[in-house]
Amino acid sequence: MLFGAVLGAAAALCVLALAWVLWDVARHGLTLWSWSYLLDEPSNAGRSGGIAPILVSTLAILAVALTVAFPVGVATAVWLAEFAPGRAAPVRLALHALAGVPSIVFGLFGSALFSVLLGLGFSILSGGLTLACMMLPPLISTTEAGLSALPSEWRRGGAALGMSRSSLVAHVLLPAAAPTIVAGAVLAVGRATAETAALIYTSGYVDRMPGSWLDSGRSLAVHIYDLSMNVAGGDRAAYAAASALVVLILVINLFAASVRRRWALRQLAPD
Amino acid sequence: MPRIGESGTDIPYALGLVECGNACCAPPPLLRVSDLSVAYGGRTVLDGVSLDIYKGCITALIGPSGCGKTSFLSALNRMTDLVPGARVAGRVQLDGQDIRAPEIDVRTLRQRVGMIFQKPNPFPLSIRRNLEVPLREQGLMDRGELAHRVEAALSDVGLWPEVRDRLDAPALGLSGGQQQRLCIARALILRPEVLLMDEPCSALDPMASGVVEDLVTRLRGSYTVVIVTHNLAQARRIANYAAFFWMTERVGNLIEFSASRPMFERPRHPLTAAYLGGLRG
Repeated sequence: MLFGAVLGAAAALCVLALAWVLWDVARHGLTLWSWSYLLDEPSNAGRSGGIAPILVSTLAILAVALTVAFPVGVATAVWLAEFAPGRAAPVRLALHALAGVPSIVFGLFGSALFSVLLGLGFSILSGGLTLACMMLPPLISTTEAGLSALPSEWRRGGAALGMSRSSLVAHVLLPAAAPTIVAGAVLAVGRATAETAALIYTSGYVDRMPGSWLDSGRSLAVHIYDLSMNVAGGDRAAYAAASALVVLILVINLFAASVRRRWALRQLAPD
Repeated sequence: MPRIGESGTDIPYALGLVECGNACCAPPPLLRVSDLSVAYGGRTVLDGVSLDIYKGCITALIGPSGCGKTSFLSALNRMTDLVPGARVAGRVQLDGQDIRAPEIDVRTLRQRVGMIFQKPNPFPLSIRRNLEVPLREQGLMDRGELAHRVEAALSDVGLWPEVRDRLDAPALGLSGGQQQRLCIARALILRPEVLLMDEPCSALDPMASGVVEDLVTRLRGSYTVVIVTHNLAQARRIANYAAFFWMTERVGNLIEFSASRPMFERPRHPLTAAYLGGLRG
C-alpha cells in the first residue's frame, strides 16, 4: 500500500516537473510571440526584434548533422547487427565511450578538428559536423536494437530463398526496422537541437542571417544561453527563445510520430 | 470454395491435379545422402544417416522431437552453414553433384532446394513484394514477367482467388494458413527442384492445416518434397516414402526407411512398430 503510494508519488513528481517547466516557459515566453518575432532579425543584442536568422541557423546546423550522421550511423548499425558478430566488441566499446563524452569536450574536439585543422572556422558546417559526432552513439544503438529485435525467421527465410545478406538487409530488414530507426533519429535530433556547449566553439555566436554553410550561425540554444548569461535585461527574450525551442522540438517529435505510425500501419494492417 | 488448382486454367506453370496414391514406380533418386552426421558445438545430434530421396515423390521424416529430423533437413540445403559451430560430415549429392563441392554456390543451391519453416515467415512487405523480392534477387526485372510469375505462383498454392484484389496489402495481414501458402508460393516461384518442409502444418489450425496438406499432395510429381511431420496420420496420407528417426544415447539415427505404405502396415524394426503403434515416443 505504502510502497505503491511512494511509487505513484515519484511518478507524479516527474510529471509535475515537466508541467512546471512547460508552464513557466509558456507563461513568460509565448506572450512575446508574434509573426514579426519569427520573421525579424534580432536587434539590441537580442533584447528585442525576432529570431529569424537564429531559426535558420539552427535548422541548417541540424540538417548538416543529420545528413552526415544518419547514413554513417545506419551503416555502422547494420554492420554491427548483421555482418560483424564476434568482431563488433571494439566498435561497441568505442561507441559506449563516445556516448559518455561530455558535450563541452565534443565542442573543443570539433573546434580543434573542424574549425582549425580542416579550416572550416566558426561555421554552420563545423557545428553540424560536431553535432553529427555526438548524434552517432544514440543513433547507432537504437538502430542496432531495432534490427536485432526483428525475428530471425526473416533472416532464415531470406537465406533459404538464396538471397544475399545485403539484399535481405536492403529489401526486408531495414524497411521493417524503419519505425525504430526514425524514432532513434528523432531522439538524436532532439538532443542535438538542445545542444549548446558543443556549438559555442564551432558554429559560433553571430546572430546575422547566414549566407552560406561556411558562415557562423547562432543556434537557438546558444541564443538562450547568450541572452541569459551575457546580455543584461535579456531574460524576457531568453524566455521567448526557450519557448521557441520547446515548440521546435515538439514539432519535430509530432512529425516523426506521424511518419512512424504510417510506416507501422503499412506493414501490419490492410491499406 | 473453388478447388485448389482449378483456378488458373490458362496459366502455363500452374500445377495440374496429381493423383495421390501409391509410391511412384521406380523413380530415380534426386538427392543421395550417405553417412551424414551433424554436430553443434561438438555435440553430435545426428549420426550416420544414409538414404535416397526419390524424384517427384513425397518423403516424410517421422520420429519424436529432438531426434535430428530438422538437422537432417537443414543439411540438405546447407542451412546448417548459418548455425555457428555446426559441423556437417558425410556426403549429400543433388543430381549427382556434391552440394558442398567448392564450385557449388550456396545461394544457387538454396534456390534449387527450397525450404518451408514451421512458423510461416512472410516478410513484412506486401503480398506482391514478398514474391517479387526473391525473383529480383535473381535479376528478373521485367514487370510483365514478374506479374506473370506472381500470378502463377499464387495460383499454384490456391491463393490467387483469395488475394488477387489485394496484392499490395501487407502479407502479415493474411491468416496463418494463407501466410504459409504464401511462403510456399515464394519458394515455388524460384522453380526449385526440391522442397524441404519442416512441419509446415503444425502452427496452423485444423482447417488451414488440411488446405496446406492438400497443397503438398499436389506438389507430388512436379517437385520432390521432403517433409518433417509429427502427425503420423498425415504422413500416412501423403507420403510415398517414410524415414523413421529415433534417438539412441542422445544421438539421432535413421532406424528405418522404406516406401510409406509397407512401413506403416508392416514395420520391420521393433522401434518403428512401437512408435507407430503409439507405444513409444
